[in-house]
Amino acid sequence: MAKPTTDKTKDKSKNTVSEPEYPLTTMAVVAPIVGWLIPGGGHILLKRYGRGILLLVSVVAMFLIGLGMQGRIYKPNGGDILDILGFVGDVGSGALYFLARIMDWGNVMAANAAADYGKTFLIVAGLLNFIAAADAHHIALGKKP
Amino acid sequence: MTINLSHFSAAVVFALFASVVFGITQRNSTMEQVKYGLYCFALFVGGVFVAGWVMALIRR
Repeated sequence: MAKPTTDKTKDKSKNTVSEPEYPLTTMAVVAPIVGWLIPGGGHILLKRYGRGILLLVSVVAMFLIGLGMQGRIYKPNGGDILDILGFVGDVGSGALYFLARIMDWGNVMAANAAADYGKTFLIVAGLLNFIAAADAHHIALGKKP
Repeated sequence: MTINLSHFSAAVVFALFASVVFGITQRNSTMEQVKYGLYCFALFVGGVFVAGWVMALIRR
């Protein structure tokens, strides 16, 4: 028995709404990398100075407060899955993370509640910086003004 | 340098910086960003009060 000859690609082309295309540019690759390494750097590179400085202040302040509260900096070879997730969060801070590792900051075990909050501040600073880097990518693509 | 923050002040500082980043990254125009940042901040701090009262009632 012959198969039905309905052409699904034709049906799809009828229903799809044409979306604007956003070509991948060099800046769309460079801006998020700079934004990851230097919090807010991607926005500053794209001449969004106000947003970039606010992001820089927010992420750096959270990171420094986390360190000041005796928060722990995770290492990549923690062994435990939660330690690896903590590392992924911490490494989002980019250069701040590497600086902390070089200077051996945050090499403490959480001994009290404040240190636990500090650890959370450090992780969230990194995660917020990932969001900021993704935002820089969208701006560079032209998806966002 | 050691920073000593109470639970509440740590939560407010956290809410402030997280709201700034959320406002900037999740909305397009400046006014929308300010409004969304304030909205997030209010939700964070409001959530702290609600969670605080829930824990206080559970403790009784």
